[in-house]
Amino acid sequence: MNSPVTHPAAAPRAAAHSNRHLLGWSVAVVLALAAPWAIYPTFLMKVLCFALFACAFNLLLGYAGLLSFGHAAFFGGSAYVCAGLAKHVGLTPELAILAGTAVAAAMGGVFGWLAIRRSGIYLTMITLALAQLVFFIALQLPFTGGEDGLQGVPRGRLFGLVELGDNHAMYYFVLAVFAAAFWLIRRTVHSPYGQVLKAIRENEPRAISLGYDVHRYKLLAFVISAALAGTAGALKAIVFQLASLTDVHWHMSGEVVLMTLLGGLGTLLGPAAGALVIVTLENELADKVGPWVTVIMGAIFVVCVLAFRRGLVGELLALRGARRDEQDEQD
Amino acid sequence: MTLFGITSQALFGQLLLGLINGSFYAVLSLGLAVIFGLLNIINFSHGALYMIGAFVALLGLEHLGLNYWLALAVAPLVVGVLGVVVERSMLRHLYKLDHLYGLLLTFGLALIAEGVFRYFFGVSGSSYPPPEQLQGGIDLGFMFMPLYRGWVVVASIAVCAGTWYVIERTPLGATLRAATEKPQLVQALGINVPVLVTATYGVGVALAAFAGVLAAPVMQVNPVMGSNLIIVVFAVVVIGGMGSIAGSIVTGLGLGLVEGLTKVVYPEASAVVIFVIMIVVLLFRPAGLFGKQA
Repeated sequence: MNSPVTHPAAAPRAAAHSNRHLLGWSVAVVLALAAPWAIYPTFLMKVLCFALFACAFNLLLGYAGLLSFGHAAFFGGSAYVCAGLAKHVGLTPELAILAGTAVAAAMGGVFGWLAIRRSGIYLTMITLALAQLVFFIALQLPFTGGEDGLQGVPRGRLFGLVELGDNHAMYYFVLAVFAAAFWLIRRTVHSPYGQVLKAIRENEPRAISLGYDVHRYKLLAFVISAALAGTAGALKAIVFQLASLTDVHWHMSGEVVLMTLLGGLGTLLGPAAGALVIVTLENELADKVGPWVTVIMGAIFVVCVLAFRRGLVGELLALRGARRDEQDEQD
Repeated sequence: MTLFGITSQALFGQLLLGLINGSFYAVLSLGLAVIFGLLNIINFSHGALYMIGAFVALLGLEHLGLNYWLALAVAPLVVGVLGVVVERSMLRHLYKLDHLYGLLLTFGLALIAEGVFRYFFGVSGSSYPPPEQLQGGIDLGFMFMPLYRGWVVVASIAVCAGTWYVIERTPLGATLRAATEKPQLVQALGINVPVLVTATYGVGVALAAFAGVLAAPVMQVNPVMGSNLIIVVFAVVVIGGMGSIAGSIVTGLGLGLVEGLTKVVYPEASAVVIFVIMIVVLLFRPAGLFGKQA
């Protein structure tokens, strides 16, 4: 077992560990850069958008312990804003995405401000109800195009220079945004702020008695998570040139919960892995089984909750942790 | 007779429709509250079970010739048994975990139910004829009331009142309330709490199925009828708070009326008015109208 006294072999092993880490990341970067030559870029972009969405969501659920069932509002709301600005105002894609993100952040502020007045299950129900409110607004506002949504959104030129109509250029842009956002989430989680979030998740009364303004921490988590979910939605709107009611529907909120749960709550890479699996499943199954996709999603939910609560990445980490413990004992 | 430029027929007609919706809110939020009290789980599949209740009535009529009155008894029974199976085989394993897992599990179950019914019946839905005895209506002077609509309100209020009576005024209800407060202590006194929990879940979801049968002749019976309703019911629960049985009933009926009134005054807002009220309540009374201040 881990002993509090520094083991003589610990330092070189830590170095080896960090080397392995570096190697792992390098391989991932090379794979990500090479991927569009092997796999259909549109599919990859979809995976990245949803991976970002799930990672953003996980910041709230996995690290702050707040289950929002209304994240579709941020995702879809931002998609509408971004698509509207790109289509009707002619903003360049990066500005449209930024605008969408800003709107989502503001929505996250309002949702959070209202929802953290209650905790646990009530918070979940409040976010769901607020998202439904956003859904009805999106259904009725004139500029959202009602049932049709906003179609034919131009991808435009990035910074007015790079033509994003080209799928490869678009892919690298999406990848860059994803990488930046992922880095931001990683920094947030490992920062002192992230540590306080985890403390609140584990024991809120204790965090309060230690003098932390718990409400402010939760609210900020809401805003960051919503903003990045918004980035994901806006990116999706540009990639698929479409913002529709599907994006704000509660099914979307459920889907992001499922991705996160399947990949592993509170792990950095888990939600991305979950997104990869779910998007792949949907792509493969949609033509073959039709409405059964919903049933399969539901079944995955049930299995995850009953028998697989650590998720894919969580299980891997647990396996690796167990192996390292064994090694320690042999040393 | 007109009032603010609205004929009394339109006004009272919408109010009656609101009261009907309110009846469903009341019965469903009551079931949610009873289940939450003992199991500490928010039953996301409540809407799906309401939908299944309606489908049991519909399919029973089409294939087995099961009449409406029998369906009112059979559908809750079928769904209740289904609930017992779900509680025994799945929910039971989650009680020691964070409450969120119960919500996620029941959400998954709701997706499964919705998907299966959508595969077999599509999304358009079918209508269910009201029973012969309740066809037609009576003229109340200020409005014409279809008999079936009146029956829905009366039956829902009766069921709610009955549930309230059992929980608040009988020895069984006393045991139930005690088990809600201190399950271990009640268990130590020789009462089989696990059985009580299973039965509570069964009865809670049977209430949802009962509401489903009541709804069949006034709403379209389709696979998504439950999920659209359950989100509103969640808002109702947030507004009322789940601390009080009577509170859930009053909140449900009251919000239905408000919704009906909104349909008359400003129809565009009728879909969102309950969510807006929820926001206002959260601002001024975060624990809910009947909730205990945390």
